[in-house]
Amino acid sequence: MATAVVYLDGDPREGVLEAVTLARQVGDVVAVAPAPLGSEAVQTLGRYGVTRLVHLETGGVAMDAPAAVGQALADAATQLDATAVLLTSTFGTKEIAAHTAHHLRAGLLVDVGDLRLHEGHLAGSKRAFGGTWDTSCAVTTDRGVATVRPNAVQAEPVQTPVDVVTGALTVTAQVPAGLELVSREVHDSDSARPPLAEAAIVVAAGRGTFGDFDPVHELADVLGAAVGTTRDCVDEGWLPHDAQVGQTGVTVAPRLYLGAGISGAPHHIGGMSASQTIVAVNIDAEAPLVEMADFAVVGDLASVLTDAAEAIREHRAQS
Amino acid sequence: MWSTVGGNCGSGCREWQAGRMRIVVCVKHVPELESARAFSEGRAVRSTEDGTLNEVDENAVEAALALGEGASEAEVIAVTVGPAPAVDAVRRALQMGADRGLHVIDDALVGADYAATTTALAAAVRSIGEVDAVVTGMAALDGLGAVVPSLLAAELGLPQMTVAHEVSSADGVVTIKRDVAGATETWRAPLPAVISVTDVANSPRLPKMKEILAARSKEVATVSLADLGLAAADVVSRTQVLEASRRPDRAGPELVTDDDGQGGRKLADYLISEGLI
Repeated sequence: MATAVVYLDGDPREGVLEAVTLARQVGDVVAVAPAPLGSEAVQTLGRYGVTRLVHLETGGVAMDAPAAVGQALADAATQLDATAVLLTSTFGTKEIAAHTAHHLRAGLLVDVGDLRLHEGHLAGSKRAFGGTWDTSCAVTTDRGVATVRPNAVQAEPVQTPVDVVTGALTVTAQVPAGLELVSREVHDSDSARPPLAEAAIVVAAGRGTFGDFDPVHELADVLGAAVGTTRDCVDEGWLPHDAQVGQTGVTVAPRLYLGAGISGAPHHIGGMSASQTIVAVNIDAEAPLVEMADFAVVGDLASVLTDAAEAIREHRAQS
Repeated sequence: MWSTVGGNCGSGCREWQAGRMRIVVCVKHVPELESARAFSEGRAVRSTEDGTLNEVDENAVEAALALGEGASEAEVIAVTVGPAPAVDAVRRALQMGADRGLHVIDDALVGADYAATTTALAAAVRSIGEVDAVVTGMAALDGLGAVVPSLLAAELGLPQMTVAHEVSSADGVVTIKRDVAGATETWRAPLPAVISVTDVANSPRLPKMKEILAARSKEVATVSLADLGLAAADVVSRTQVLEASRRPDRAGPELVTDDDGQGGRKLADYLISEGLI
Protein backbone atom coordinates (compact mmCIF):
# COMPACT_ATOMS: atom_id res chain seq x y z
CA MET A 1 0.00 0.00 0.00
CA ALA A 2 1.15 3.51 -0.78
CA THR A 3 2.37 5.73 2.04
CA ALA A 4 1.07 9.27 2.52
CA VAL A 5 3.10 11.59 4.74
CA VAL A 6 1.23 14.41 6.49
CA TYR A 7 3.31 17.21 7.96
CA LEU A 8 2.22 18.86 11.19
CA ASP A 9 4.12 21.67 12.85
CA GLY A 10 2.64 21.18 16.31
CA ASP A 11 -0.39 19.61 17.93
CA PRO A 12 -2.88 18.31 15.36
CA ARG A 13 -5.33 21.11 14.58
CA GLU A 14 -8.50 20.75 12.53
CA GLY A 15 -6.69 21.53 9.25
CA VAL A 16 -4.15 18.76 9.84
CA LEU A 17 -6.90 16.26 10.70
CA GLU A 18 -8.68 17.22 7.47
CA ALA A 19 -5.45 16.52 5.58
CA VAL A 20 -5.14 13.19 7.43
CA THR A 21 -8.74 12.35 6.46
CA LEU A 22 -7.90 13.02 2.80
CA ALA A 23 -4.55 11.24 3.08
CA ARG A 24 -6.36 8.00 3.96
CA GLN A 25 -7.69 7.98 0.36
CA VAL A 26 -4.11 7.83 -0.87
CA GLY A 27 -2.47 5.33 1.46
CA ASP A 28 -1.14 4.42 4.87
CA VAL A 29 -0.82 7.69 6.81
CA VAL A 30 2.46 8.60 8.50
CA ALA A 31 2.54 11.91 10.39
CA VAL A 32 5.83 13.82 10.40
CA ALA A 33 6.50 16.51 13.00
CA PRO A 34 9.56 18.67 13.69
CA ALA A 35 9.51 17.66 17.39
CA PRO A 36 7.98 14.89 19.54
CA LEU A 37 4.28 15.31 20.43
CA GLY A 38 2.49 14.76 23.73
CA SER A 39 0.49 11.58 24.38
CA GLU A 40 -2.85 13.35 23.89
CA ALA A 41 -1.81 14.55 20.43
CA VAL A 42 -0.61 11.06 19.54
CA GLN A 43 -3.97 9.58 20.59
CA THR A 44 -5.81 12.16 18.49
CA LEU A 45 -3.76 11.13 15.46
CA GLY A 46 -4.63 7.49 16.17
CA ARG A 47 -8.34 8.31 16.24
CA TYR A 48 -7.97 9.73 12.73
CA GLY A 49 -6.15 6.68 11.43
CA VAL A 50 -2.50 7.76 11.55
CA THR A 51 -0.45 4.56 11.88
CA ARG A 52 2.92 6.08 12.57
CA LEU A 53 4.31 9.36 13.89
CA VAL A 54 7.92 10.29 13.36
CA HIS A 55 9.68 13.39 14.60
CA LEU A 56 12.63 14.78 12.73
CA GLU A 57 16.14 14.66 14.20
CA THR A 58 18.16 17.31 12.38
CA GLY A 59 21.27 17.33 14.53
CA GLY A 60 20.45 20.72 15.99
CA VAL A 61 19.50 22.53 12.78
CA ALA A 62 16.65 24.95 13.60
CA MET A 63 13.33 24.14 11.94
CA ASP A 64 12.27 27.71 11.22
CA ALA A 65 13.51 28.49 7.70
CA PRO A 66 11.13 27.00 5.08
CA ALA A 67 14.16 25.78 3.12
CA ALA A 68 15.42 23.72 6.07
CA VAL A 69 12.02 22.25 6.96
CA GLY A 70 11.28 21.49 3.30
CA GLN A 71 14.58 19.68 2.88
CA ALA A 72 14.09 17.68 6.10
CA LEU A 73 10.57 16.72 5.03
CA ALA A 74 11.80 15.62 1.60
CA ASP A 75 14.45 13.45 3.22
CA ALA A 76 11.80 11.92 5.51
CA ALA A 77 9.50 11.26 2.53
CA THR A 78 12.32 9.49 0.70
CA GLN A 79 13.20 7.35 3.71
CA LEU A 80 9.53 6.48 4.25
CA ASP A 81 9.09 5.86 0.50
CA ALA A 82 6.03 8.10 0.46
CA THR A 83 3.87 8.46 -2.64
CA ALA A 84 2.38 11.67 -1.28
CA VAL A 85 3.54 14.45 1.02
CA LEU A 86 0.66 16.55 2.31
CA LEU A 87 0.53 19.83 4.20
CA THR A 88 -2.29 22.20 5.09
CA SER A 89 -2.31 25.33 2.93
CA THR A 90 -0.94 28.40 4.66
CA PHE A 91 1.75 30.86 3.61
CA GLY A 92 4.36 29.06 5.67
CA THR A 93 3.48 25.52 4.65
CA LYS A 94 3.25 26.42 0.95
CA GLU A 95 6.87 27.59 1.20
CA ILE A 96 7.86 24.35 2.92
CA ALA A 97 5.96 22.36 0.27
CA ALA A 98 7.86 24.17 -2.50
CA HIS A 99 11.22 23.20 -1.00
CA THR A 100 10.07 19.62 -0.41
CA ALA A 101 8.93 19.33 -4.04
CA HIS A 102 12.22 20.83 -5.19
CA HIS A 103 14.30 18.28 -3.28
CA LEU A 104 12.10 15.35 -4.32
CA ARG A 105 11.90 16.63 -7.92
CA ALA A 106 8.21 16.00 -7.44
CA GLY A 107 5.07 17.55 -8.88
CA LEU A 108 3.44 20.15 -6.62
CA LEU A 109 -0.31 20.71 -6.23
CA VAL A 110 -1.34 23.82 -4.29
CA ASP A 111 -4.62 24.46 -2.41
CA VAL A 112 -6.39 21.25 -3.38
CA GLY A 113 -9.76 20.40 -1.85
CA ASP A 114 -9.65 16.63 -2.43
CA LEU A 115 -7.06 13.94 -3.09
CA ARG A 116 -6.92 10.62 -4.89
CA LEU A 117 -4.57 8.50 -6.92
CA HIS A 118 -4.82 8.87 -10.69
CA GLU A 119 -3.12 5.90 -12.35
CA GLY A 120 -0.89 5.64 -9.30
CA HIS A 121 -0.05 9.36 -9.22
CA LEU A 122 -1.22 11.89 -6.66
CA ALA A 123 -4.13 13.96 -7.97
CA GLY A 124 -6.40 16.65 -6.55
CA SER A 125 -8.85 19.40 -7.45
CA LYS A 126 -8.60 23.11 -6.87
CA ARG A 127 -10.59 26.24 -7.56
CA ALA A 128 -9.20 28.73 -10.04
CA PHE A 129 -9.87 32.28 -11.22
CA GLY A 130 -11.53 33.56 -8.10
CA GLY A 131 -13.53 30.39 -7.53
CA THR A 132 -15.23 30.47 -10.94
CA TRP A 133 -13.52 27.34 -12.26
CA ASP A 134 -12.80 23.86 -10.92
CA THR A 135 -9.63 22.17 -12.13
CA SER A 136 -8.35 18.70 -11.51
CA CYS A 137 -4.60 18.06 -11.68
CA ALA A 138 -2.28 15.10 -11.25
CA VAL A 139 1.45 14.94 -10.72
CA THR A 140 3.42 13.08 -13.35
CA THR A 141 6.20 12.08 -10.94
CA ASP A 142 6.36 8.99 -8.69
CA ARG A 143 6.05 11.15 -5.58
CA GLY A 144 3.75 14.12 -5.29
CA VAL A 145 3.53 17.05 -2.87
CA ALA A 146 0.21 18.78 -2.18
CA THR A 147 -1.09 21.49 0.11
CA VAL A 148 -4.67 20.95 1.21
CA ARG A 149 -7.14 23.84 1.47
CA PRO A 150 -8.51 23.98 5.02
CA ASN A 151 -12.27 23.35 5.46
CA ALA A 152 -12.61 21.63 2.09
CA VAL A 153 -13.66 18.47 3.90
CA GLN A 154 -14.79 17.58 7.39
CA ALA A 155 -12.17 15.73 9.47
CA GLU A 156 -13.53 12.24 10.15
CA PRO A 157 -12.21 9.77 12.71
CA VAL A 158 -11.74 6.12 11.72
CA GLN A 159 -14.09 3.48 13.15
CA THR A 160 -11.38 1.80 15.22
CA PRO A 161 -8.65 4.02 16.68
CA VAL A 162 -5.11 3.02 15.72
CA ASP A 163 -2.22 2.47 18.10
CA VAL A 164 0.29 4.94 16.69
CA VAL A 165 3.89 3.77 16.44
CA THR A 166 6.15 6.68 17.34
CA GLY A 167 9.82 7.22 16.76
CA ALA A 168 12.56 9.52 15.56
CA LEU A 169 13.89 9.84 12.04
CA THR A 170 17.32 11.30 11.38
CA VAL A 171 17.19 13.66 8.42
CA THR A 172 19.44 16.14 6.64
CA ALA A 173 18.51 19.81 6.85
CA GLN A 174 20.45 22.91 6.01
CA VAL A 175 19.66 26.57 6.50
CA PRO A 176 20.84 28.67 3.54
CA ALA A 177 24.15 30.32 4.41
CA GLY A 178 23.74 33.50 6.40
CA LEU A 179 19.93 33.34 6.65
CA GLU A 180 18.81 34.23 10.14
CA LEU A 181 15.47 34.60 11.94
CA VAL A 182 16.16 37.72 13.96
CA SER A 183 12.88 37.83 15.87
CA ARG A 184 9.41 36.37 15.96
CA GLU A 185 6.67 38.27 17.76
CA VAL A 186 3.34 36.53 18.17
CA HIS A 187 0.40 38.93 17.86
CA ASP A 188 -1.44 38.94 21.20
CA SER A 189 -4.93 39.73 20.06
CA ASP A 190 -5.16 36.77 17.69
CA SER A 191 -4.03 34.07 20.06
CA ALA A 192 -7.53 33.30 21.39
CA ARG A 193 -9.00 33.01 17.89
CA PRO A 194 -8.44 30.27 15.33
CA PRO A 195 -5.83 30.92 12.62
CA LEU A 196 -7.45 32.86 9.77
CA ALA A 197 -6.34 30.53 6.97
CA GLU A 198 -7.78 27.48 8.73
CA ALA A 199 -10.85 28.88 10.52
CA ALA A 200 -14.21 27.22 9.86
CA ILE A 201 -15.88 30.63 10.27
CA VAL A 202 -14.39 33.96 9.19
CA VAL A 203 -15.89 37.32 10.11
CA ALA A 204 -14.29 39.90 7.85
CA ALA A 205 -14.87 43.63 7.91
CA GLY A 206 -13.79 46.48 5.69
CA ARG A 207 -13.93 50.22 5.30
CA GLY A 208 -17.52 50.27 6.51
CA THR A 209 -16.19 49.88 10.06
CA PHE A 210 -14.47 53.27 9.84
CA GLY A 211 -11.79 51.63 11.98
CA ASP A 212 -14.09 50.45 14.78
CA PHE A 213 -13.74 46.66 14.89
CA ASP A 214 -15.44 46.16 18.30
CA PRO A 215 -18.75 44.84 16.87
CA VAL A 216 -16.73 42.65 14.50
CA HIS A 217 -14.70 41.14 17.34
CA GLU A 218 -17.85 40.68 19.41
CA LEU A 219 -19.59 38.62 16.72
CA ALA A 220 -16.38 36.74 15.88
CA ASP A 221 -15.96 35.70 19.50
CA VAL A 222 -19.57 34.54 19.77
CA LEU A 223 -19.07 32.45 16.61
CA GLY A 224 -15.57 31.23 17.49
CA ALA A 225 -14.47 32.83 14.23
CA ALA A 226 -11.24 34.29 12.92
CA VAL A 227 -11.24 38.00 12.01
CA GLY A 228 -10.28 39.08 8.52
CA THR A 229 -10.14 42.37 6.71
CA THR A 230 -9.46 44.09 3.40
CA ARG A 231 -6.36 45.70 1.93
CA ASP A 232 -7.80 49.17 2.56
CA CYS A 233 -7.99 48.52 6.29
CA VAL A 234 -4.43 47.16 6.37
CA ASP A 235 -3.28 50.28 4.50
CA GLU A 236 -5.06 52.35 7.13
CA GLY A 237 -3.14 50.45 9.81
CA TRP A 238 -6.36 49.22 11.44
CA LEU A 239 -5.27 45.55 11.32
CA PRO A 240 -2.00 43.78 10.42
CA HIS A 241 -1.32 42.29 6.98
CA ASP A 242 -1.84 38.71 8.15
CA ALA A 243 -5.51 39.59 8.72
CA GLN A 244 -5.89 40.63 5.08
CA VAL A 245 -8.15 38.35 3.09
CA GLY A 246 -7.55 38.52 -0.63
CA GLN A 247 -5.27 37.73 -3.48
CA THR A 248 -2.30 39.39 -1.82
CA GLY A 249 -3.32 38.31 1.63
CA VAL A 250 -4.66 35.13 3.12
CA THR A 251 -6.84 32.92 0.93
CA VAL A 252 -9.76 31.59 2.96
CA ALA A 253 -12.42 29.02 2.14
CA PRO A 254 -14.33 28.61 5.42
CA ARG A 255 -17.68 26.93 5.95
CA LEU A 256 -19.07 30.41 6.71
CA TYR A 257 -17.63 33.70 5.51
CA LEU A 258 -19.37 36.82 6.82
CA GLY A 259 -18.25 40.08 5.23
CA ALA A 260 -19.37 43.34 6.85
CA GLY A 261 -18.79 46.77 5.37
CA ILE A 262 -16.89 45.17 2.48
CA SER A 263 -17.96 46.21 -1.00
CA GLY A 264 -16.13 43.29 -2.61
CA ALA A 265 -13.25 44.48 -4.78
CA PRO A 266 -11.97 41.75 -7.15
CA HIS A 267 -8.82 41.46 -5.00
CA HIS A 268 -10.80 40.58 -1.93
CA ILE A 269 -13.24 38.27 -3.70
CA GLY A 270 -10.35 36.33 -5.22
CA GLY A 271 -9.29 35.40 -1.70
CA MET A 272 -12.64 34.23 -0.34
CA SER A 273 -14.88 33.16 -3.21
CA ALA A 274 -14.36 29.45 -2.53
CA SER A 275 -16.15 29.90 0.84
CA GLN A 276 -19.10 27.55 1.29
CA THR A 277 -21.70 29.96 2.68
CA ILE A 278 -21.28 33.69 2.10
CA VAL A 279 -23.12 36.29 4.16
CA ALA A 280 -22.82 40.04 3.56
CA VAL A 281 -23.78 43.02 5.69
CA ASN A 282 -23.63 46.31 3.84
CA ILE A 283 -25.47 49.61 3.53
CA ASP A 284 -25.30 49.20 -0.26
CA ALA A 285 -27.63 46.48 -1.61
CA GLU A 286 -25.76 46.55 -4.92
CA ALA A 287 -22.26 45.97 -3.55
CA PRO A 288 -20.56 43.08 -5.42
CA LEU A 289 -20.15 41.10 -2.20
CA VAL A 290 -23.88 41.41 -1.50
CA GLU A 291 -24.66 40.22 -5.03
CA MET A 292 -22.51 37.10 -4.65
CA ALA A 293 -23.76 36.30 -1.13
CA ASP A 294 -26.17 33.55 -0.10
CA PHE A 295 -27.71 35.83 2.51
CA ALA A 296 -27.35 39.58 2.95
CA VAL A 297 -28.52 42.23 5.37
CA VAL A 298 -28.76 45.77 4.09
CA GLY A 299 -28.02 48.01 7.02
CA ASP A 300 -25.45 49.53 9.35
CA LEU A 301 -22.93 46.88 10.30
CA ALA A 302 -22.38 48.07 13.86
CA SER A 303 -25.98 47.50 14.90
CA VAL A 304 -26.54 44.42 12.73
CA LEU A 305 -23.46 42.60 14.06
CA THR A 306 -24.15 43.57 17.67
CA ASP A 307 -27.81 42.47 17.40
CA ALA A 308 -26.80 39.22 15.72
CA ALA A 309 -24.28 38.46 18.47
CA GLU A 310 -26.97 39.15 21.08
CA ALA A 311 -29.51 36.92 19.32
CA ILE A 312 -26.98 34.07 19.05
CA ARG A 313 -26.16 34.36 22.77
CA GLU A 314 -29.90 34.19 23.56
CA HIS A 315 -30.32 31.18 21.28
CA ARG A 316 -27.45 29.41 23.02
CA ALA A 317 -28.84 30.23 26.47
CA GLN A 318 -32.19 28.69 25.51
CA SER A 319 -30.88 25.52 23.91
CA MET B 1 29.10 43.94 -4.54
CA TRP B 2 28.76 41.77 -7.63
CA SER B 3 28.32 38.23 -6.59
CA THR B 4 27.49 35.05 -8.34
CA VAL B 5 24.23 33.22 -8.43
CA GLY B 6 24.27 29.45 -8.63
CA GLY B 7 27.99 29.01 -8.15
CA ASN B 8 28.84 29.44 -11.83
CA CYS B 9 31.43 32.14 -11.29
CA GLY B 10 33.88 31.54 -14.10
CA SER B 11 36.79 33.60 -15.32
CA GLY B 12 34.40 36.42 -16.16
CA CYS B 13 33.60 36.98 -12.49
CA ARG B 14 33.89 40.62 -11.51
CA GLU B 15 35.73 41.94 -8.55
CA TRP B 16 33.63 42.93 -5.56
CA GLN B 17 32.95 46.63 -5.81
CA ALA B 18 31.29 48.56 -3.08
CA GLY B 19 28.11 50.32 -4.00
CA ARG B 20 27.35 48.60 -7.30
CA MET B 21 24.28 46.44 -7.56
CA ARG B 22 22.53 44.35 -10.15
CA ILE B 23 18.97 43.40 -9.32
CA VAL B 24 16.65 41.10 -11.21
CA VAL B 25 12.91 41.61 -10.86
CA CYS B 26 10.65 38.80 -12.07
CA VAL B 27 7.35 39.97 -13.53
CA LYS B 28 4.31 38.15 -14.87
CA HIS B 29 1.64 39.01 -17.38
CA VAL B 30 -1.74 37.83 -16.05
CA PRO B 31 -5.35 38.06 -17.23
CA GLU B 32 -7.19 41.12 -15.89
CA LEU B 33 -9.17 40.21 -12.78
CA GLU B 34 -12.37 41.42 -14.36
CA SER B 35 -11.86 39.84 -17.75
CA ALA B 36 -13.63 36.62 -18.67
CA ARG B 37 -10.88 34.33 -17.47
CA ALA B 38 -11.11 30.81 -18.79
CA PHE B 39 -9.37 27.53 -19.43
CA SER B 40 -9.08 25.92 -22.83
CA GLU B 41 -7.63 22.43 -23.31
CA GLY B 42 -6.42 22.44 -19.72
CA ARG B 43 -4.59 25.74 -19.97
CA ALA B 44 -5.38 29.27 -18.93
CA VAL B 45 -6.26 31.38 -21.97
CA ARG B 46 -3.79 34.25 -22.45
CA SER B 47 -4.30 37.27 -24.62
CA THR B 48 -2.82 40.74 -25.02
CA GLU B 49 -6.13 42.60 -24.79
CA ASP B 50 -7.19 41.28 -21.39
CA GLY B 51 -3.74 41.07 -19.87
CA THR B 52 -1.89 43.24 -17.40
CA LEU B 53 1.21 43.29 -15.24
CA ASN B 54 0.48 41.13 -12.18
CA GLU B 55 -0.41 43.97 -9.81
CA VAL B 56 1.81 43.00 -6.88
CA ASP B 57 4.72 42.81 -9.35
CA GLU B 58 4.55 46.62 -9.43
CA ASN B 59 5.52 46.45 -5.75
CA ALA B 60 8.35 44.10 -6.72
CA VAL B 61 9.62 46.55 -9.36
CA GLU B 62 9.38 49.37 -6.83
CA ALA B 63 11.29 47.30 -4.24
CA ALA B 64 13.96 46.46 -6.81
CA LEU B 65 14.35 50.13 -7.77
CA ALA B 66 14.51 51.10 -4.09
CA LEU B 67 17.22 48.51 -3.40
CA GLY B 68 19.17 49.97 -6.31
CA GLU B 69 18.77 53.49 -5.04
CA GLY B 70 20.97 52.60 -2.07
CA ALA B 71 23.85 51.87 -4.41
CA SER B 72 26.09 54.30 -6.25
CA GLU B 73 25.41 52.41 -9.44
CA ALA B 74 22.58 49.99 -10.05
CA GLU B 75 21.11 48.01 -12.86
CA VAL B 76 17.57 46.61 -12.62
CA ILE B 77 16.63 43.90 -15.10
CA ALA B 78 13.01 42.81 -15.58
CA VAL B 79 12.62 39.14 -16.48
CA THR B 80 9.51 37.32 -17.62
CA VAL B 81 8.67 33.85 -18.89
CA GLY B 82 5.64 33.58 -21.12
CA PRO B 83 4.10 33.83 -24.58
CA ALA B 84 4.39 36.93 -26.81
CA PRO B 85 1.92 39.17 -24.89
CA ALA B 86 3.99 38.64 -21.71
CA VAL B 87 6.47 41.24 -22.94
CA ASP B 88 3.91 43.88 -21.86
CA ALA B 89 4.76 43.07 -18.24
CA VAL B 90 8.43 43.77 -18.94
CA ARG B 91 7.53 47.02 -20.76
CA ARG B 92 5.58 48.18 -17.73
CA ALA B 93 8.60 47.49 -15.51
CA LEU B 94 10.80 49.47 -17.93
CA GLN B 95 8.36 52.38 -17.76
CA MET B 96 8.65 52.34 -13.99
CA GLY B 97 12.42 52.55 -14.24
CA ALA B 98 13.94 49.12 -14.86
CA ASP B 99 16.94 49.42 -17.16
CA ARG B 100 16.46 46.50 -19.50
CA GLY B 101 14.33 43.42 -20.02
CA LEU B 102 14.68 39.73 -20.69
CA HIS B 103 11.78 37.75 -22.13
CA VAL B 104 11.98 33.95 -22.20
CA ILE B 105 9.64 32.62 -24.86
CA ASP B 106 9.51 29.07 -26.14
CA ASP B 107 6.83 26.72 -27.39
CA ALA B 108 8.11 24.12 -24.94
CA LEU B 109 6.94 26.41 -22.11
CA VAL B 110 3.28 26.46 -23.12
CA GLY B 111 1.32 25.12 -20.15
CA ALA B 112 4.46 25.10 -17.95
CA ASP B 113 3.76 24.31 -14.29
CA TYR B 114 5.55 25.77 -11.23
CA ALA B 115 8.57 23.50 -11.68
CA ALA B 116 9.03 24.15 -15.41
CA THR B 117 8.47 27.89 -15.02
CA THR B 118 10.99 28.02 -12.20
CA THR B 119 13.61 26.12 -14.20
CA ALA B 120 13.27 28.64 -17.04
CA LEU B 121 13.29 31.65 -14.67
CA ALA B 122 16.36 30.39 -12.82
CA ALA B 123 18.20 29.82 -16.11
CA ALA B 124 17.29 33.35 -17.17
CA VAL B 125 18.65 34.76 -13.91
CA ARG B 126 21.87 32.75 -14.28
CA SER B 127 22.28 33.96 -17.86
CA ILE B 128 22.49 37.52 -16.56
CA GLY B 129 25.61 36.66 -14.60
CA GLU B 130 26.39 38.11 -11.20
CA VAL B 131 23.26 39.26 -9.44
CA ASP B 132 22.77 40.78 -5.99
CA ALA B 133 19.07 40.22 -5.54
CA VAL B 134 16.10 38.58 -7.24
CA VAL B 135 12.85 40.34 -6.38
CA THR B 136 9.32 39.04 -7.09
CA GLY B 137 5.74 39.73 -6.12
CA MET B 138 4.45 37.42 -3.37
CA ALA B 139 2.03 35.62 -5.70
CA ALA B 140 0.70 35.73 -9.22
CA LEU B 141 -2.89 36.85 -9.06
CA ASP B 142 -4.05 34.33 -11.65
CA GLY B 143 -2.74 31.11 -10.09
CA LEU B 144 -2.27 32.28 -6.49
CA GLY B 145 0.10 29.43 -5.80
CA ALA B 146 2.67 31.74 -4.17
CA VAL B 147 5.28 28.99 -4.50
CA VAL B 148 7.52 30.20 -7.32
CA PRO B 149 9.61 32.56 -5.11
CA SER B 150 10.44 29.62 -2.80
CA LEU B 151 11.11 27.30 -5.74
CA LEU B 152 13.33 29.93 -7.32
CA ALA B 153 15.33 30.35 -4.10
CA ALA B 154 15.75 26.57 -3.90
CA GLU B 155 16.76 26.31 -7.55
CA LEU B 156 19.29 29.15 -7.26
CA GLY B 157 20.53 27.98 -3.86
CA LEU B 158 19.84 31.38 -2.31
CA PRO B 159 18.24 32.40 1.00
CA GLN B 160 14.62 33.45 0.63
CA MET B 161 13.04 36.51 2.22
CA THR B 162 9.43 36.04 1.21
CA VAL B 163 6.07 37.77 1.76
CA ALA B 164 7.94 40.85 2.98
CA HIS B 165 5.97 43.94 3.93
CA GLU B 166 9.15 45.80 4.80
CA VAL B 167 12.50 45.55 3.04
CA SER B 168 15.70 47.33 3.95
CA SER B 169 19.31 46.79 3.01
CA ALA B 170 22.70 48.04 4.16
CA ASP B 171 26.24 46.87 3.45
CA GLY B 172 25.10 43.91 1.42
CA VAL B 173 22.71 42.59 4.07
CA VAL B 174 18.93 42.59 3.59
CA THR B 175 16.43 42.65 6.43
CA ILE B 176 12.73 41.99 5.91
CA LYS B 177 9.65 41.86 8.06
CA ARG B 178 6.74 39.59 7.34
CA ASP B 179 3.40 38.82 8.99
CA VAL B 180 2.59 35.13 8.84
CA ALA B 181 0.26 32.96 10.89
CA GLY B 182 -0.38 35.50 13.63
CA ALA B 183 3.24 36.55 14.12
CA THR B 184 5.64 39.15 12.78
CA GLU B 185 8.96 37.67 11.75
CA THR B 186 12.17 39.57 11.03
CA TRP B 187 14.66 37.78 8.76
CA ARG B 188 18.14 38.81 7.77
CA ALA B 189 20.41 37.45 5.04
CA PRO B 190 23.48 38.53 3.13
CA LEU B 191 22.98 39.27 -0.56
CA PRO B 192 22.42 37.68 -2.96
CA ALA B 193 18.93 36.60 -1.89
CA VAL B 194 15.46 36.04 -3.31
CA ILE B 195 12.99 38.59 -1.96
CA SER B 196 9.20 38.53 -2.45
CA VAL B 197 7.03 41.47 -1.45
CA THR B 198 3.39 42.09 -0.56
CA ASP B 199 1.25 44.92 -1.86
CA VAL B 200 1.78 46.92 1.33
CA ALA B 201 5.59 46.84 1.01
CA ASN B 202 5.64 50.18 -0.82
CA SER B 203 3.71 52.49 -3.14
CA PRO B 204 4.69 51.75 -6.73
CA ARG B 205 5.64 54.86 -8.68
CA LEU B 206 3.41 55.92 -11.56
CA PRO B 207 5.48 56.43 -14.70
CA LYS B 208 5.15 59.85 -16.33
CA MET B 209 4.69 60.30 -20.07
CA LYS B 210 8.40 61.08 -20.47
CA GLU B 211 9.35 57.81 -18.80
CA ILE B 212 6.80 55.88 -20.82
CA LEU B 213 8.33 57.27 -24.02
CA ALA B 214 11.90 56.65 -22.81
CA ALA B 215 11.03 53.02 -22.01
CA ARG B 216 10.34 52.39 -25.69
CA SER B 217 14.02 52.58 -26.50
CA LYS B 218 15.11 50.33 -23.65
CA GLU B 219 16.42 46.94 -24.68
CA VAL B 220 14.32 43.81 -24.24
CA ALA B 221 16.22 40.66 -25.18
CA THR B 222 14.03 37.80 -26.36
CA VAL B 223 15.56 34.41 -25.68
CA SER B 224 14.55 30.80 -26.22
CA LEU B 225 15.29 27.86 -23.92
CA ALA B 226 18.16 26.90 -26.22
CA ASP B 227 19.63 30.39 -25.79
CA LEU B 228 19.65 29.71 -22.04
CA GLY B 229 21.38 26.37 -22.52
CA LEU B 230 18.24 24.37 -21.80
CA ALA B 231 16.69 21.58 -23.85
CA ALA B 232 12.93 21.05 -23.91
CA ALA B 233 13.52 17.95 -21.76
CA ASP B 234 14.96 20.16 -19.00
CA VAL B 235 11.70 22.02 -18.49
CA VAL B 236 9.18 19.20 -18.31
CA SER B 237 6.18 20.00 -16.14
CA ARG B 238 5.66 17.66 -13.20
CA THR B 239 1.91 18.14 -13.12
CA GLN B 240 -0.84 17.89 -15.70
CA VAL B 241 -4.35 19.31 -15.83
CA LEU B 242 -6.83 16.43 -16.10
CA GLU B 243 -9.97 18.52 -16.30
CA ALA B 244 -11.18 22.12 -16.07
CA SER B 245 -14.81 23.13 -15.82
CA ARG B 246 -16.70 26.32 -15.11
CA ARG B 247 -18.61 26.37 -11.81
CA PRO B 248 -22.28 27.30 -11.87
CA ASP B 249 -23.02 30.92 -10.95
CA ARG B 250 -24.35 31.60 -7.47
CA ALA B 251 -28.12 32.01 -7.30
CA GLY B 252 -28.10 35.48 -5.72
CA PRO B 253 -28.73 36.44 -2.13
CA GLU B 254 -31.70 36.14 0.15
CA LEU B 255 -31.89 39.85 0.97
CA VAL B 256 -33.23 41.43 4.17
CA THR B 257 -32.92 44.98 5.45
CA ASP B 258 -32.30 46.34 8.91
CA ASP B 259 -34.89 49.10 8.41
CA ASP B 260 -37.04 47.53 11.11
CA GLY B 261 -34.05 46.96 13.40
CA GLN B 262 -34.51 43.19 12.97
CA GLY B 263 -31.60 42.68 10.54
CA GLY B 264 -29.22 41.31 13.16
CA ARG B 265 -31.84 38.90 14.49
CA LYS B 266 -32.69 37.72 10.96
CA LEU B 267 -29.00 37.16 10.35
CA ALA B 268 -28.76 35.04 13.50
CA ASP B 269 -31.90 33.11 12.46
CA TYR B 270 -30.35 32.39 9.06
CA LEU B 271 -27.11 31.09 10.60
CA ILE B 272 -29.10 28.92 13.04
CA SER B 273 -31.37 27.55 10.29
CA GLU B 274 -28.35 26.68 8.15
CA GLY B 275 -26.79 24.77 11.04
CA LEU B 276 -23.84 27.17 11.18
CA ILE B 277 -24.16 27.95 14.90
